[in-house]
Amino acid sequence: MNKMNKNSIYNRIKVVFIPAFLFISLTIVQSCNTDETQTVTNFRTLVMADEFDNEGAPNSSFWTFDIGRGPNGDGWGNQELQYYTNRTENVKVENGFLLITAQEESFEGASYTSARLKTEGLFEQQYGRFEARIRLPYGKGLWPAFWLLGNDCDTNIWPNCGEIDIMEYLGDSPTVVFGSAHGPGYSAGEAETKEYSLVNDRFDTGFHIFGIEWGPNYINYYVDDVLYNQITPEDVSGEWVFDHPFYIIMNVAVGGSFPGSPDSETVFPQTMVVDYVRVYQQ
Amino acid sequence: MDKNGKLERTYILTLENNTIKMKNIKHLNFKSLFLILVFMTMISCERELSNEAEFATFSKAGEIFTDNFVGLGTNFFFPFISDGAKADVFSVDEDVAYESSASIRIDVPNANDPGGSFAGAIFIIDGSGRNLTEFDALTFWAKATQGVPNITMGFGESKFQVARNDISFSTNWVKYIIPIPDASKLTEEKGMLFFSAGTANTDGFGYTFWLDEIKFEKLGTIAQAQPAMLNGVDVVQDAFIDIPIQLTGLSQTLNAAGQNITVTGAPSYFDFKSTDIDVARANELGLVSVVGTGEATISATLANVAAKGSLALNVIGSFDFAPKPPERNANDVISVFSDAYTNIAVDYFNGFFAPFQTTLGGAPPLDVNGDAVINYKDLNFVGIGTFQDVPSINTTEMTHLHIDIKVNESIDTGDFITIQLLNSVGNNETSGEVRFEADTFTTDEWVSLDIPLADFGLADRSQIGLLFFISDATISDIFVDNIYYYK
Repeated sequence: MNKMNKNSIYNRIKVVFIPAFLFISLTIVQSCNTDETQTVTNFRTLVMADEFDNEGAPNSSFWTFDIGRGPNGDGWGNQELQYYTNRTENVKVENGFLLITAQEESFEGASYTSARLKTEGLFEQQYGRFEARIRLPYGKGLWPAFWLLGNDCDTNIWPNCGEIDIMEYLGDSPTVVFGSAHGPGYSAGEAETKEYSLVNDRFDTGFHIFGIEWGPNYINYYVDDVLYNQITPEDVSGEWVFDHPFYIIMNVAVGGSFPGSPDSETVFPQTMVVDYVRVYQQ
Repeated sequence: MDKNGKLERTYILTLENNTIKMKNIKHLNFKSLFLILVFMTMISCERELSNEAEFATFSKAGEIFTDNFVGLGTNFFFPFISDGAKADVFSVDEDVAYESSASIRIDVPNANDPGGSFAGAIFIIDGSGRNLTEFDALTFWAKATQGVPNITMGFGESKFQVARNDISFSTNWVKYIIPIPDASKLTEEKGMLFFSAGTANTDGFGYTFWLDEIKFEKLGTIAQAQPAMLNGVDVVQDAFIDIPIQLTGLSQTLNAAGQNITVTGAPSYFDFKSTDIDVARANELGLVSVVGTGEATISATLANVAAKGSLALNVIGSFDFAPKPPERNANDVISVFSDAYTNIAVDYFNGFFAPFQTTLGGAPPLDVNGDAVINYKDLNFVGIGTFQDVPSINTTEMTHLHIDIKVNESIDTGDFITIQLLNSVGNNETSGEVRFEADTFTTDEWVSLDIPLADFGLADRSQIGLLFFISDATISDIFVDNIYYYK
């Protein structure tokens, strides 16, 4: 495990508020120092937050939906098996949580339904700290994610527009998540990525915080109070494409070339429970 | 009171210190022990329970075997001898170990070993039990001299026994996990580990396996419980007052870091519920008492998770058993199906002859509180076979065939049941039959048929291979009992 990992976010927060220390902390982050005094987060100015306090459909001033099986009808380029809808069976806000639920049902020719929310055109930002508190589903074939996509993908075809995966997870490995960056020359199976494993715990039994802190020339990845990876232009084998606004996506995919299909042990429905999504600026 | 309180505290300290000393110095002589006891009794007499007194709590230790047994006492190995297990299969091996210097070695005997046909035993703490409520699994490392599937291992002395039946040993060290169905039940458990390993999958040849680093652990990665009763099936059946039903197929499936593991769990892990306790109710041992007429459904939860599967009972009344046959000399009877005599082997009680047979039931017969009864339903015809894998029946010396039949429905004119015998099935086969008309039978009453074998008109009845009940669907629901030939 990376030595950057072990650090308490809570102990460090106080330090961040003292301007005299701010410079030092930033220097440490940007120089990828593996010192034990590494801070996990620095950005404290809250610019967007959905705490999911309003029952019903997700707040339409933040969230819009991708519907169907992708622009080419091919399971979003991954042979995913679900049909995305915005029905309450697949997405709703209840008791202070956003629930994204994958169902096993015949729908529009698909065997599964689920939902994919995005802030495209509603909230887009260059740099910042993007964080969500999530309890994940489980079972073979479940592929939930909390991620960012460059807002110019319509004209600047993926992966040139950039993708930052804050959290991806496969339901048959409930102790492991991974964070990745995709760009030209380093996308899909070649993306710059790193796993983070829980010890004596799993991601489907309780809430965990998944976040990145993203600035010029770096993306830091953290889970709870552990900073587990930093990606910089030196790490990627192509052009650095993370200096323009990105928007947020949250989804639960089912099946496809990456997670494989659900098997007889996969239990449906499966729900990704989101407590909050917050975005900070420096 | 203040003074008393202080005194009490002093006394407790003394007691604790002495306990510790006594443990450490085993050869403490009895004279001084006696003096100490007398002293303690003197200063403690007439006192009430102090505020500081604490009730006994059980050890929360998880380790069972590391380099040696941990806290199991002296007499802790109990082979399953009454089940045919070999007694001396166990040793501590100081040459083989997963970690450090020693492991448990089990030598599984050959199937024909006169000392016992398999290795099976339980390790029970010689002393007080342990509190396992903070763990979520029993784990151990194991390897064997050859790959062997279907080893059973588990823990729990009786009431809270847990078994995992699908353990496959390989020739390298592998860590195995036996999840605890509900640890909150294990406040005082003595059965730390049991194993049952035979040679069904090794052609009867013995092998050796080793176990190491055996301990209860809090893995934190055990979750997503899927308990089940009756193997997860929603069973619907008739039941009878005072005929209890044992719930079976009780299991807990838990996901261990991505891998589903199913263990069988004792009934006491489950909480059973009845929709009508005036009809049927289940106790903590999974025994359903049938107490009244009506309908009731038994369901279960395990640690507040609903178990898949249920038992829906339709209770009409008390069970009406067939009349008990008279005692006979063993040479005078060939019994096919009766609790009164020793039965011969049969191929089946329902041959399910496709495509024309509709008859259900008899596979297997009902077990009514230990008394076997066949209930044929949707009867058109059905055969009891004795010609495939078992010897045919030589009835030459017998004079009669006895059958008890109870018709569980209204009987109409024209209804009938024909009894047919086939001799030498498939090889110059001959058959004969005797037909019983509607007036032979009375709804819901047992009728005993004693049919002279001569009435079947068979020239040869030395190789009876099939006995048919034929109603052509005129009568569809019957109980059958006490099928035997006699003289």
